[in-house]
Amino acid sequence: MSNMTSATSPIDQWEKEEYKYGFVTDIETDTLPPGLSEDVIRVISGKKQEPQWLLDWRLKAYRHWQTMTEPTWANIKYPPIDFQKIIYYSAPKLDKDRPKSLDEVDPKLLETYEKLGIPLEERAVLAGVAVDAVFDSISVATTFKEKLGELGIIFCSFSEAARDHSELVKKYLGSVVPYSDNFYATLNSAVFTDGSFVYIPKGVRCPMELSTYFRINAMSTGQFERTLIIADEASQVSYLEGCTAPMRDENQLHAAVVELIALDDASIKYSTIQNWYPGDKDGKGGIYNFVTKRGKCLGRRSHISWTQVETGSAITWKYPSCILQGDDSVGEFYSVALTNNYQQADTGTKMIHIGKNTKSTIISKGISAGHGQNTYRGGVKINKGADNARNYTQCDSMLIGDQCGAHTFPYIEVKNATAKMEHEATTSKIGEDQLFYCNQRGIGMEDAINMIVNGFCKEVFRELPMEFAVEAQKLLEVSLEGSVG
Amino acid sequence: MLEIRNLHVAVDGNEILKGVDLKVGAGEVHSLMGPNGSGKSTLAQVLAGRETYEVTDGEVLFNGKDLLDLSPDERACEGVFMAFQYPVEIPGVTTNYFLRAALNAIRKYRGEDELDAFDFIEFVKEKARVVAIDNSLLQRAVNDGFSGGEKKRNEIFQMAVLEPKLAILDETDSGLDIDALKIVAEGVNKLRAPDRAIILITHYQRLLNYIVPDAVHVLVDGRIAKSGGKELALELETDGYTKIAGQRAAVETEKV
Repeated sequence: MSNMTSATSPIDQWEKEEYKYGFVTDIETDTLPPGLSEDVIRVISGKKQEPQWLLDWRLKAYRHWQTMTEPTWANIKYPPIDFQKIIYYSAPKLDKDRPKSLDEVDPKLLETYEKLGIPLEERAVLAGVAVDAVFDSISVATTFKEKLGELGIIFCSFSEAARDHSELVKKYLGSVVPYSDNFYATLNSAVFTDGSFVYIPKGVRCPMELSTYFRINAMSTGQFERTLIIADEASQVSYLEGCTAPMRDENQLHAAVVELIALDDASIKYSTIQNWYPGDKDGKGGIYNFVTKRGKCLGRRSHISWTQVETGSAITWKYPSCILQGDDSVGEFYSVALTNNYQQADTGTKMIHIGKNTKSTIISKGISAGHGQNTYRGGVKINKGADNARNYTQCDSMLIGDQCGAHTFPYIEVKNATAKMEHEATTSKIGEDQLFYCNQRGIGMEDAINMIVNGFCKEVFRELPMEFAVEAQKLLEVSLEGSVG
Repeated sequence: MLEIRNLHVAVDGNEILKGVDLKVGAGEVHSLMGPNGSGKSTLAQVLAGRETYEVTDGEVLFNGKDLLDLSPDERACEGVFMAFQYPVEIPGVTTNYFLRAALNAIRKYRGEDELDAFDFIEFVKEKARVVAIDNSLLQRAVNDGFSGGEKKRNEIFQMAVLEPKLAILDETDSGLDIDALKIVAEGVNKLRAPDRAIILITHYQRLLNYIVPDAVHVLVDGRIAKSGGKELALELETDGYTKIAGQRAAVETEKV
C-alpha cells in the first residue's frame, strides 16, 4: 500500500463543495482565468470560506511576493515561468472530460502501474479515469478517521482545518516557514488551494501511519499544497506523503509548503516518495517541483525525521530542514534522489542548531543515470548558544554511465567551539567490476544494477516504514530501467 | 568439457594471448602456471566473458557450445564459475541475498524451481560447513570489510553454493597465510567431482601441495610453453620459468 496526503477524494470533495455552498453551478465557469491578482486570491479564500485573518495573511504574502524575484542559485536549468499564465483555481474535472476507462489511458502508464504492483481499482483513479464515487478505500478512510477522532487526533484537509480549527492554524501557520520565506513559499502562501492538517494531542501516540491508506485521494493533491503538522507534548506521529505511482497531472509547476512543529518530547517522522512525471526520454515535459519543507523542534527532547525518496519530476528543488530550537532536540534527514534521462535534482537539507545538546544526522544518496544532474546542497549551522551540538553528515553519489553528473555543496557554519562535526562524502561510478562480478555469478545486467543501487540506498530505505520501503525499492528499479546498455 | 583452440586475445591492440590450445575434461583439475604478465589472468577473464578483452582469433567450446558467443551471465548459468583474484565489494547487499539471487538466476536458466528464502538458508548452511565459513558471513554485505583471507574463502564458498561445471580459480592462493591456504585448499578438494572441471591459476607450486592437479600447463608470453603432470610444477619450483621460456624460444626459432 502507498499513501496520500489529503483525506477527501476529488469526487468526494467536489460533491461536498456543491453541498456546502448550496449552489450547483456549471463547473466550467468555476475555473478562474489564468493569472494572479488580489481578486484571484479573494476568490480562492472565499470559495474555501476562510476566516478573515487567513485572507489577510494570503494578501500580505502576495504583496510581498510581488517584490521578490525567482532564485537563481540552484544548480538547475529551466525556461522562465510565466506566472500570469498559470490557473490558480480550478474546480475538479468533469467526468465527461476524463478517460472513460483504462482502455483510453496511455498503455505505458498502465505498464508502470503493473510493474509497481498497484491494485487494479486504484490504477483507474490514478490515471484519472471517471469512476464511481463509492470506493472501498474511501469508506475505509472514514472508519479510520473516526478512530483517530476518538484519540483527539485531528486529521483533515487544510481548508477544513482553517474553518473548524482556526485558532490552532492561526497559531502555527507560517511559524516555521514565514510567508516571506522564499519566492516559491511566498507564492504558495498567497495562493495555496489545499493540503493536509494534522494535530496530535498531548501524550498521544498516533496508532497508524497517517495517510498510508489514502493513495486514492492523491487526485486532490493540488499544485500549491499546504501541509501543517503539529505534535503536541510527548506525542508521536508518522506521516507518509506521496505515491510510487506516476500521477497524471497537467500542472507543470508544483510549489508546496510543509511545516512541522514538535513540542516537548514529541516526535514526527515524515516520509515522502515523490514520483511526479519526470518528462520523456528527451527531457520534454515533466513537473517542476519547488518545495519548501521545514520542521521546528520547538520543545525539549523533540525529534523530527525526514525521509525522502525522490525519483520523479523534471526538476526537483527541495530541502527538508530542521530548526533545532529545543534543548536536546534531534533532527534527521535521510534522502535518496535519483535522476535519469534529463532530470535535474537540487536537493538536501538545512540543520539549524539553536538549543543545547542538539543533534542532527544527514544521510544523502544521490544516483545519476542517463543525462541526469544530481546536486546535494546541505547546510549545517551551529548557533552561538548551541553548546555541545553534534552533526554527522554523509553524502554519497553514484554515477551510472558517463553522461550524468553529481555535485555536492555542503555549507557548514559553526559559531560555538563545543560543536562536533563529522562529514563524509563519496562519489563512485557504478563499478564495471561490481557489475561483472554479479554477471559472473549468473545475475543479469538490470538485476545487477538494481541490486547494487538498492544496496547503496539501504541506509535510507531502512528508515522508511516497511511497506513503503518495499515500494521504494521497486520504484528505483522501474526508474532505472534502460539506464545502461 | 572445455576446449580452447588457437585463442588470440588483445587488449587495446596489444596481443596478450597468442594462440592458446587447452583441453580440460570433466573431473580433471588443471593447474595453469607462468610468470607475471604471461596471460594467465587474461585467459580466466576471457573465459568468464570480460568485455575489455578482444578475442581476435580462435574458439572456445564448452560442452559443445560456443562459449564466446554467450554473455557473462549466460556463461555463469551454463556452469562457468570464476573465483576472482580481487573479489569486489558490494556495500548494502548481504551475501545471503546476493547468493540467492545468483543461485535462482542459474536455476531459472536451467528450468528449475527457484528456492525461497527458507529453503535457501537450509541449503546454504550445509555449504558453509564445507568451507568452514561462519554463518554470520551470510548477513554481512558482499565482501564489504572482509579481510583478504575472508574474501578468498568467500569465493570458494560461492563456488560451493553455485555448483559450477567449470571453476576457474584465479590466484586464489595469493595473499593467504598458510592456515588460510589450507582451509581454501581443503574446500576446493571437497568440491572436486567427476562432473566438474577445475582450472587453478597460480604463481606458486605451494598450492599444489594441497590440491594435486591432473595436469600442469606453463603459460609463457601468451602461449602454453609446456604441459605435463604434477611433477612439472616441482620442476618449475627448482628451475624457475626462465628455462622453459628459453626452450619455448628455441622451438620458435626452429619453426622459423
